[in-house]
Amino acid sequence: MAKASTGTLYRGNEGMWSWVAHRVTGVGIFFFLLVHVLDTALVRVSPEAYNAVIGTYKTPVMAFGEIALVAAIAFHAFNGLRVILVDFSKSGPKNQKKLFWGVMVVWLIIMIAFIPRQLMHTFGG
Amino acid sequence: MSTTSIPAPRTGYSRHKSTRSKFEMFAWLFMRISGVVLVILIFGHLFVNLWVGDGVQAIDFGFVAGKWANPFWQIWDLLMLWLAMLHGTNGLRTIIMDYSEKPGTRMSLQVILYIASVIVIVLGTLVIFTFDPCPAGADPSVLAEFCKA
Repeated sequence: MAKASTGTLYRGNEGMWSWVAHRVTGVGIFFFLLVHVLDTALVRVSPEAYNAVIGTYKTPVMAFGEIALVAAIAFHAFNGLRVILVDFSKSGPKNQKKLFWGVMVVWLIIMIAFIPRQLMHTFGG
Repeated sequence: MSTTSIPAPRTGYSRHKSTRSKFEMFAWLFMRISGVVLVILIFGHLFVNLWVGDGVQAIDFGFVAGKWANPFWQIWDLLMLWLAMLHGTNGLRTIIMDYSEKPGTRMSLQVILYIASVIVIVLGTLVIFTFDPCPAGADPSVLAEFCKA
């Protein structure tokens, strides 16, 4: 029987923290999406207006913002696939912790590949 | 031995049908289906816009014009817009339902969310389909190469 002292299936462990991170990244991505559709909509205002705003995405500060964005999207994507496996695969619930660490490994590989590429684009090289 | 015959029931057995709407079930299913499709659409979008060539440094009006001259990317972006906005709106709806307790707060947060979502979906769709890659009177130096032909 699960007790607070021994923890439950999710509380305080991989299950809970992946759920928290899924919500936080989801909300963050949603608000970025609202801004991103609005900035892209500037192509209907004028080429100059669009170029001026998109230019702010090319600064070193925003380069780190894009790294954070890709990090959030990659986590949300792979953890979302984990949720689907937990829901639909017979052995999914039993392996949810292993699946979480699988998500972390794939996420890390994506970030190790993307960060140098992004820094190269921003700072040249 | 005489066989005992059991008369057929006058009405067939039927499990009590739920009168509740299936909306929440479809919303749950939609999150999973749209999620899988969005993984493909968004990683493709990030690869083409942030990885290939000069990445974000190469994005300007001409870059967008070049992409949307091709119906492939128009449909790609349209699908991405609709699926991501509906996925995100339903996600935020879930969060509002989880954390807001007063009916008034619940209602007003949802109204704000749905208005914002409709505006962004309609605006984005109009932009994709009414976009002019070579607007008349624009400075030729900011336009794509194919406008000069």
